[in-house]
Amino acid sequence: MDANMMTQAAQAVGAIGLLGTGLGVILGVAARYLSAPVDDRTEAIAALLPGSNCAQCGYAGCKQAAAAIVDGRAAPNCCPPGGASTAQRVAELIGVRLAVDGSDTALPTVAWVDEARCIGCTRCIRKCGSDAIVGAIKQMHTVLPEVCYACGLCVTECPTNAIVMKPVMPTLATWHWPKPAAKRPTAAA
Amino acid sequence: MMLFQVRGGVKLSYRKELSSESPIVRMPTPKRVCIPLQQHVGSPAEPVVEVGQWVGKGQLIGRAGRGISANVHASISGTVIAVEDRVAPHPSGLTQLTVVIESDGADRWAELPQPITADFPLPATPKELNDRVAAAGIVGLGGAAFPSAVKLDMRYKYSIDTLVINGAECEPYITCDDRLMRESAAEIVDGVRIMAYALAVEHIIIAIEANKPKAVKAMREAAKADSSIRLVTVPTRFPMGSAQHLLLAVTGRETPADKRTAEVGAVVHNVATARAVSMAIRRGEPLVSRVVTVSGLGVREPANVEVPLGTSVEDLLTFCGGLHPVPTLLIGGGPMMGAPLPSVHAPVVKGSSGVLALTASETNEGPESPCIRCGKCVTACPAGLVPVEMAQLIRRGDLQGAKAIGSQDCIACGSCSFICPSHIPLAHYFSFANGKLSALDRDARQQDRIRSLVQARNERTAREAEIKKAAAAARKAAKAAAAKATAEPPTQLLEEST
Repeated sequence: MDANMMTQAAQAVGAIGLLGTGLGVILGVAARYLSAPVDDRTEAIAALLPGSNCAQCGYAGCKQAAAAIVDGRAAPNCCPPGGASTAQRVAELIGVRLAVDGSDTALPTVAWVDEARCIGCTRCIRKCGSDAIVGAIKQMHTVLPEVCYACGLCVTECPTNAIVMKPVMPTLATWHWPKPAAKRPTAAA
Repeated sequence: MMLFQVRGGVKLSYRKELSSESPIVRMPTPKRVCIPLQQHVGSPAEPVVEVGQWVGKGQLIGRAGRGISANVHASISGTVIAVEDRVAPHPSGLTQLTVVIESDGADRWAELPQPITADFPLPATPKELNDRVAAAGIVGLGGAAFPSAVKLDMRYKYSIDTLVINGAECEPYITCDDRLMRESAAEIVDGVRIMAYALAVEHIIIAIEANKPKAVKAMREAAKADSSIRLVTVPTRFPMGSAQHLLLAVTGRETPADKRTAEVGAVVHNVATARAVSMAIRRGEPLVSRVVTVSGLGVREPANVEVPLGTSVEDLLTFCGGLHPVPTLLIGGGPMMGAPLPSVHAPVVKGSSGVLALTASETNEGPESPCIRCGKCVTACPAGLVPVEMAQLIRRGDLQGAKAIGSQDCIACGSCSFICPSHIPLAHYFSFANGKLSALDRDARQQDRIRSLVQARNERTAREAEIKKAAAAARKAAKAAAAKATAEPPTQLLEEST
């Protein structure tokens, strides 16, 4: 009786164990060969975005925006701080052609500190995602324009409204000819 | 000498007769000059003078910046009255840092470096000559304004065996090089020999377009001084004066796309540059003036004028009798590759070969009509591109597509726009596209830099949080230990008391 029970228990354990192993192997193989492809474009796009989660695009952060771009909920040029070059790269990645027609007349902007108003609280410095603001406590702050990507977080953070976004004016080194004005013949009827 | 076939190009009506028979005249010293600190390809020079300071003619006022750059010198003697942003001779109408000098009327030279007057072989090393050319602020006077010393330095990077001297002057109207070759052939040849010595080349070729027989004659006479100089007459066809095309025509060497002529073993310098080199070595004079052709039917007295750099276009036009019928277009440079001047207050700079005032009868700005697929632009393109297709891609915003078929190899000669029977501004499309593409490149580089900063910051904040956490844990542990330590003695005391 005792021995019989032992055999039955062993059989049950063996059967369950075997079943488990077999199914495990099948699942393992299936996971490897039959898996749905993970969309790694989200990762790739997130790597192209600035990564500071400024939320100007309307999504919580750059990862979420990247997912939205892949899903088609957001446009490839939805990232204002990323600028035209990032938009081009993202569009290339998801296979969309972004026309560059020179109609993007809005000038890029950068943050600028009104030094008369700055009280040296360092709140903007702590907020700045690219360390583009230099300064210390009770010392005037200033923005390094070449590494500011215009997320605007410092503007809302500043307690004295000392920071404004200023347009970057073209210089002799950056100016280029505009696109020739398209003279479209007016369609007859 | 055998010439090689060059593809493309256009036949133009040259209208050089307006100024080709007027000898070079020296312009009297203007009351005031505005000398921009960037008159060359590369980084701007940095000002080394202060407002109120007296400067002599030829005194250094801007020291060459980092990388490719060139010195800038005072072109007259007088007082610096401002170092500020002034309008640049650039179609954008933007300003640039400019040194304004008010003349003292004396036109007195500053102290100049000791001239080297000895005959060939020169008692100076190529390096010394090169340093002198750099110090004199000499840039390519054909119009591109590339610092000449950098070109002479090429021998250390590439193996150079040929020096080509560009006397093609293929732009219509412009006659400054023609006159210079007729009047200062000996000085030019001297400069050529100095450059050849500095470059240590075996072959020297002076190439002149066939429509300048008098210049050819004068130069042939002067070139007898050196038997290694060969003088070549090249056919009159635009754009023969493009360095790559001229080199191809006289040596058969084709410069690869996006490369310099030095990579195929040759350096090309303009005739006016050769003269400037001679002046810098033989007299110690830096580049403070240049010959400018003032022409067009809108100018009362077309002329070739030796102008102190920084003279305003207004003063120059006044010197040439002023404007006659009101011109429709004021151009700096030649009509094909020059650009509209934003204002008559713009200064004459090192790269200004001409100032043209064109009337309506001389311009050909018909209304644009649809492309009729005649293919003339394809035949005319000297860079072997397909302008019609590139323009179409650019029009619909596909700059990458245009780049893929070579839009960045466009040399902006304007032959396609000139030949187009539908008046399509083809070259303008390519200027826009190439400008936009390089703007995008710049933007991409900046974004990469910002992204790496963001990443560094994220890593740093994570590390700081980690350290804080560890510190907090350590504090907690210490507190607990201290609490235990303070909690235990009383029990001991208690035990002892009991």
